[in-house]
Amino acid sequence: MDERRLIGKRAAAGYAAGPVAVLLHAVAAARTGGDRDAEAKALKAAIAAAAEDLSQLAARAEGAGADIIAFQIAMLEDESLAEPAFADIESGLGADESWRRALDQQISDYESTSDHLFRARASDLSDIRDRVLAALNGTKADAPLPEGAILVGEDLTPSRFLSTDWSRGGGIVLTRGSASSHVATLARSQGVPMIIGVPLDLRNIESGTRAAIDGENATLWLNPAPTTLRALSARTSAAVTLRNGGGRELLPAATADGTPIAVYANISDLSEIERMDIAGFDGVGLARTEFLFGHGSGPPGEEEQYSVYRRLAEWARGKPVTIRTLDAGADKPIAGLTLPHESNPFLGLRGVRLSLAHPEVFRVQLRALCRAAAHGAIEIMLPMVTVPSELQLARRFLREEAHALRAAGAAYREPSLGVMIEVPAAAISIDRFDADFFSIGSNDLTQYVMAAARDNGAVADLNDPADPAVLSLVARVTAHAKATGRKASLCGDAGGEPKYVELLLRDGGLRALSIAPAALGPIKRAIAEVDLKRSEP
Amino acid sequence: MDDKFATCSATLTNALGLHARPSVKLTRLAKTFASNIEMAAGTEGLWIDAKSIVKVMAVKAAKGVTLRLRANGPDAAEAMAALRALVAEGFADDEGLSERAESLGG
Repeated sequence: MDERRLIGKRAAAGYAAGPVAVLLHAVAAARTGGDRDAEAKALKAAIAAAAEDLSQLAARAEGAGADIIAFQIAMLEDESLAEPAFADIESGLGADESWRRALDQQISDYESTSDHLFRARASDLSDIRDRVLAALNGTKADAPLPEGAILVGEDLTPSRFLSTDWSRGGGIVLTRGSASSHVATLARSQGVPMIIGVPLDLRNIESGTRAAIDGENATLWLNPAPTTLRALSARTSAAVTLRNGGGRELLPAATADGTPIAVYANISDLSEIERMDIAGFDGVGLARTEFLFGHGSGPPGEEEQYSVYRRLAEWARGKPVTIRTLDAGADKPIAGLTLPHESNPFLGLRGVRLSLAHPEVFRVQLRALCRAAAHGAIEIMLPMVTVPSELQLARRFLREEAHALRAAGAAYREPSLGVMIEVPAAAISIDRFDADFFSIGSNDLTQYVMAAARDNGAVADLNDPADPAVLSLVARVTAHAKATGRKASLCGDAGGEPKYVELLLRDGGLRALSIAPAALGPIKRAIAEVDLKRSEP
Repeated sequence: MDDKFATCSATLTNALGLHARPSVKLTRLAKTFASNIEMAAGTEGLWIDAKSIVKVMAVKAAKGVTLRLRANGPDAAEAMAALRALVAEGFADDEGLSERAESLGG
């Protein structure tokens, strides 16, 4: 096979070579209805395989998670679920298309009910649909990918990214996607090369095809020639040497004029801390908790959360660890928790809004955080806070959980409670918020201020964190924090981009940045080049 | 087979009505009987197979709705007694757990 070269847009730098794994949900019906008996048999076998998968999941799940899986199994085992599909097969349609039609009918039926509890079951049916489709295509829905696989698809969900093991290499190639999506953020933080907007027909590419990608230059090679692979690996090692140069990353950061700048790490998954050292950082400025909730078997229990938070705190060796409460919704859906198909999910039930709508889930997280805070410098951060009442209600819950732990004689500490500033309303009226600290989420703040979606490449130019409108809100927050003796930092992707550092420090007034671990060297170098005593660059 | 007929009705008293968890319980219990068992919601509802969770869920019966049940088969009377008790008791012991699971789903 001849080498084929395709160019897309850059989302995360890095180099990878390996077999292609085509993302199943992105593939249109590939089977053709022919032998009706064979199609019916295939569907029966796929349904049985999916039920078997679920039974194995059920054995590991507890509480609400086990209930949800029991429900899914009962639905799968009910012959009337597949009845319309078998009728379609009888009329000549393929097994996969027949199943998809039958389930999509059920899903739209649930989605059209006014009762929100029934509506939420639509996500269970989507899970069932995809699990059986995956079995029909000969793969398990959560089958591990081949070592170092290059995922190729239309788009990728954050939960799929989080459930993939990237420790043995691999990369992401999307035909759509956006450089400012959450998946791109995750890819950058874990050093997974990613290219978006690649002009590739997914129907013409097969899993197992050899491929190589260069994230830096947004290039994908199919069937790469040996010379291409050699050239790429040479370039990669040169880039790694450059990135790790000088040993400067272990020294505290300061500008050329000697102003100290705190540099914190953004952590997306517990597995990241196994591969990094806290030594070069002043602490963790943002520890995400979505990875705990993405298993599809219900929210994690208090003990599971407690042990994860405690491990984070102990790993940080006394340095502050800011843990963000669940930030689901919008482009980070969680089956069974977030609302399916909101008409405008970025303006919907997400972040702290979702937590406050599910106090029974939120309180478990707060309780686990209070207990873990007895073992380290944990701070709690609330995402998507818009009005002060949200902070007040969350603080009330936090106090109540802390009091309950004290009454029960448990080891605990009530952590300080800060808010993430990513909604313009909060940035504009920052003095209304009696938070212990502020952390600016520049990704969402930028998209809301500029009214330019972060997952839409067509308006990528407008989605600019360095726009004066965004920077003036950043400055407003830092000025208020300074005047009232509170901490303020920035934890969005902009902080990890060397080209924005000077603007953020000078115009934004920031003295603390929280960045993807891989950006430590370049960011400390960029900080050292800024002279804040000089009036203009 | 010596077929018998039996009917009964019971009102949904649990807060969430016939949602996922109660539907799992109801259909599981119904399947333990040899009789054909059908269910309808209110006086207007269509009769559906009470052993099919897909159909039971599709009824979307809320709290306060009266379920009508009818059975046809050798153990029809026992089936009616057991199912009526399950519904009347609000789907039994672990309703608290059930509610939690359902509200998580919301």
